Amino acid sequence: MSVFAFYLFSISAIIGGFFTVTARQPVHSVLWLILAFLSSAGLFVLLGAEFVAMLLVIVYVGAVAVLFLFVVMMLDVDFAELKAEMAKYMPLALLIGLIILMQFVMAFGAWESNAAAETMRTQVMPVDKHNTQALGLILYDQYFLLFQLAGLILLVAMIGAIVLTLRHRQDVKRQNVLAQMYRDPAKAMELRDVKPGQGL
Amino acid sequence: MAEFFTTTGTGIALLILGQILLIVVPLLVALAFLMYADRKIWAAVQMRRGPNVVGFYGLLQSFADFGKYILKEIVVPAGADRAVFFLAPMISLVMALVAWAVIPFNDGWVLSDINVAILFVFAVSSLEVYGVIMGGWASNSKYPFLGSLRSAAQMISYEVSLGLIIIGVIISTGSMNFSGIVNAQDGNLGLLNWYWLPHFPMMILFFISALAETNRPPFDLPEAESELVAGYQVEYSSTPFLLFMIGELVAVVLMCALISLLFLGGWLSPIPGLPDGIFWMIAKIGLVFFFFSMIKAITPRYRYDQLMRLGWKVFLPFSLVWVVFVAFAAKFDWFWGAFARWSTGS
Repeated sequence: MSVFAFYLFSISAIIGGFFTVTARQPVHSVLWLILAFLSSAGLFVLLGAEFVAMLLVIVYVGAVAVLFLFVVMMLDVDFAELKAEMAKYMPLALLIGLIILMQFVMAFGAWESNAAAETMRTQVMPVDKHNTQALGLILYDQYFLLFQLAGLILLVAMIGAIVLTLRHRQDVKRQNVLAQMYRDPAKAMELRDVKPGQGL
Repeated sequence: MAEFFTTTGTGIALLILGQILLIVVPLLVALAFLMYADRKIWAAVQMRRGPNVVGFYGLLQSFADFGKYILKEIVVPAGADRAVFFLAPMISLVMALVAWAVIPFNDGWVLSDINVAILFVFAVSSLEVYGVIMGGWASNSKYPFLGSLRSAAQMISYEVSLGLIIIGVIISTGSMNFSGIVNAQDGNLGLLNWYWLPHFPMMILFFISALAETNRPPFDLPEAESELVAGYQVEYSSTPFLLFMIGELVAVVLMCALISLLFLGGWLSPIPGLPDGIFWMIAKIGLVFFFFSMIKAITPRYRYDQLMRLGWKVFLPFSLVWVVFVAFAAKFDWFWGAFARWSTGS
């Protein structure tokens, strides 16, 4: 049963990845990417890493890909033209790809693992704990400072992004919610006795 | 015979299929009457009669509507992306139904008893937004597109506070399994043991966020009739529209079930001495659904900037502070251990 599920998820992950690259319509690309994400979440579940699987779905599919889709849907770009333009740079792209591939081959060719690390790698699931607990113990006990540091770096990146895009325009009307909430009939309207033929 | 269902592959598959039908069929039938109840409550608030023609007191109105929906012609707008156009309502319905796989109705009455059940529900409900976005985009029309953009921003905003509120409950329980969460609320004080008491502000916040997450009034901006005709549903007709509508309502009932599991003690009886059971669960879902309907009837729609402000500037900081508070209260056993139920849960 799990072998069947494994092949199902693997094939759909590969198909998703393939069509992400080849789809003509960018929105379709994102949708195929979502399929690839979901399939890899399924593979994580088969590995027994259900917490990571759920986080993958919540963070990548539920938030990141939605924002992706959000941006791609609003783009008004002629992608056929863009692709024709891209064809000019094809030789350069191929060269870079080849160099990176060679680097990978060289790096993995010389790769040697510690025997202790090798045994830890084959034992994916901790036996006596849920993997949520195991992850929590590692992140918040063993690597507490590193984890905090990673959080801090992300915070700096976030503040940087906000500062870069923040501009306070003076020429637009803004909603002042507090003022709106403090309005009451006594302040908002006035009753006048209008004499006939005179008006206000 | 029993061996066939527990040992062989076909047997297990058939057993699971049977369990799925046992959940989905009563759910969909109940949905027909919930829709009727929704309309009746709405009508009563506005001093109308509501549906009263088909069947006894209009009880069969939903079934008549169902027949009408599936018999109409499916209209596909010119220039629509056909594949995505038809995929969207299916995603909307399927994602709403899938989450019920981990919802327990009684002690042990659950299709899939997984450790990360609450994360699963959260993940699946975050996927529901795709139905709306894809539907709005594939319609190739202005109003649906605006509706789907609004929906994407709205659902992401309120998911953040929903997640933080859920984390508070998880800290109190020490488990992400629904049975663990409900059992942690068990005790000899009846309804005073449930999480609504220690987590009271969060229950209100969860309820409001659930309204926003399921696009219910007063947060139904994605389908605001007065601005966007019907938002992302404008171009949908017949069965695809029906799927959207059922999906939306299933998501609402799911949120009702979540509130009753997380804060109202699930299947536990409110009065000590009375037996626990599935009827309490159903009664609580019904109660929360009644509040959903009443809110729909008595509140005016939010403005879009107010909606975003509420989500990011009010709910998010408040629920974040609450998570820190719950963590301290649970760790140092404040309030007679009301926040730390680790021994009774899981």
